[in-house]
Amino acid sequence: MKNNKVIQVEGLTKMFGDFTAVDAITFDVKKGEIFGFLGANGAGKTTAIKMLIGISNPTSGKATVAGFDVLTNPNDIKRNIGYMSQRFALYDDLTVKENITFFGGIYGLSRKRIKEKSEALIEELGLENVASQLVGSLPLGWKQKLSFSVSLIHDPKIVFLDEPTGGVDPITRRQFWEMIYKAANQGTTVFVTTHYMDEAEYCDRVSIMVDGRIEALDTPKKLKEQFQAESMNDVFLKLARG
Amino acid sequence: MLPIIFVLPLLQLVILSNAATFEVKNIKFGYIDNDHSSTSRALIEKFNASTYFDVLTDFTSEANASSAMLNGEIDVVLEIPRHFARNLQKEKYVNLGVTINAIDGAAAGVENVYITQIIQSYNKNIRTDLVQISDAQIQPVYIDTIPLFWYNETLNYKTFMVPGILVLLVTMITLFLSGMNIVREKEIGTLEQINVTPIKKSQFIIGKLFPFWVIGMALLSIGLIIAKIIFDVPMVGSLLLMYVYTSIYILVILGIGLFISNFTDTQQQAMFIAWFFVVIFILMSGLFTPIESMPKWAQIITEFNPIKYYVEVMRMVMLKGSGFMDILPQLIKTLVYAIVMNGLAVWSYKKTT
Repeated sequence: MKNNKVIQVEGLTKMFGDFTAVDAITFDVKKGEIFGFLGANGAGKTTAIKMLIGISNPTSGKATVAGFDVLTNPNDIKRNIGYMSQRFALYDDLTVKENITFFGGIYGLSRKRIKEKSEALIEELGLENVASQLVGSLPLGWKQKLSFSVSLIHDPKIVFLDEPTGGVDPITRRQFWEMIYKAANQGTTVFVTTHYMDEAEYCDRVSIMVDGRIEALDTPKKLKEQFQAESMNDVFLKLARG
Repeated sequence: MLPIIFVLPLLQLVILSNAATFEVKNIKFGYIDNDHSSTSRALIEKFNASTYFDVLTDFTSEANASSAMLNGEIDVVLEIPRHFARNLQKEKYVNLGVTINAIDGAAAGVENVYITQIIQSYNKNIRTDLVQISDAQIQPVYIDTIPLFWYNETLNYKTFMVPGILVLLVTMITLFLSGMNIVREKEIGTLEQINVTPIKKSQFIIGKLFPFWVIGMALLSIGLIIAKIIFDVPMVGSLLLMYVYTSIYILVILGIGLFISNFTDTQQQAMFIAWFFVVIFILMSGLFTPIESMPKWAQIITEFNPIKYYVEVMRMVMLKGSGFMDILPQLIKTLVYAIVMNGLAVWSYKKTT
């Protein structure tokens, strides 16, 4: 079932001068899957994501996202994906509501739709009391949840989350993953990077990048069998230490 | 931020328009009178009577005067030669020595003009006196020039400076705001979020232009009100024309700013580049020094200086009442400039690296 694959990557490479940040990676992501994209700092995860979301041109290789080629149709990809970067990227000097309205507007949602979405979203996140406050004044955990919800505002087919839970407390992390599951259940494909190995266990499939290459790719269960490890943490350590 | 954007430039307008004057006053004047005649005293009295000169000291020798000038105690020394009165009577011709401290060249030039005017006026009286003494029947003949300063009859420097300073303020504020803007979004990461949306490059640039354009126009409006109320600058020409021109002009500056912002990675870099252009634009705008007296190559550079056109247009329209056809050349050049710069701004905004 070819249509089932929403991301197809073949030999994707990115070089910065002599340095190969991403070295000919090849993988597929199926529709509705939660795909964990793991790797140590500097392994090339963020560079790979930037190529998939169409803001960085690959040096060589091929990738299609939501059926569109990253090189030739980046704008069609952008209509069909959501993205949450590892640093908070909503406007600190706009209020919660204004941020939602702004991004809804950029994605071309109608005023009515934006209003519905924003009410539903604020209620779901329990942000009623701070809806008119500047986003900059909110605690990090709230910001991250808001950021995730905003990245889903146009009902994208795929959402890319680059270390979404970095620096947030365990309770918020749990809530965050509940939101991820909910999105996945509604048919959104989730492409997520993380440093928390317990989170890797929640993923349907996991890939582990080391020095720009994908060294392992399978379900958490099979990876643990393959590497004869107790947990994903051990799998990661075995791979990353080389 | 918004109060800062408006209050600071308007304060500058009030302060600078009062302070940035080309007039030279309170010139410290010294003299060496080697003649000690009533004629020489009359000349010195002329300087004393002038509001520009503070008659300071009577020096006994050139050496004293030189050391006083070295110490900055005097700006100008007038040396009246021995037998000044006698030679004037006999030969109808004498030389006067004038020494001017020219560390500040511009001031020295102005001082020279004042001195020449005073001596000329003195000369005229003397001649009349001499002629009357020697031969009352011959009418004194001398040519007199009466300068007429059109469009600013009293040479009121405020009339001249206020439109110019207003131009600078509108320019600086809009250039810095736009120059810092996109690069700031690069720094805080929001630009990346925008880049993963399907927004068009031109939509993005227009979205960036519009708020700064509004700020620039608002600044102009408040500045014009201040110019009228506080400085009573004449506004002979059409306000509408001023607004039409400014609306295009601000687009040029914003285009330059956004172009800078797209090309830089940090706000510091953008700041330095914006300063680079602002300083060149201002000092080569003809506001402080006439473009006609610049070397040829510099005059060619000023052709690319948007501030030059804006200063010209504002002065033409405000002081002279120039109409649409008069400023058409500037208008067309500015329009082309605006299209080019904003084209570059859109082109240099890269959603993909």
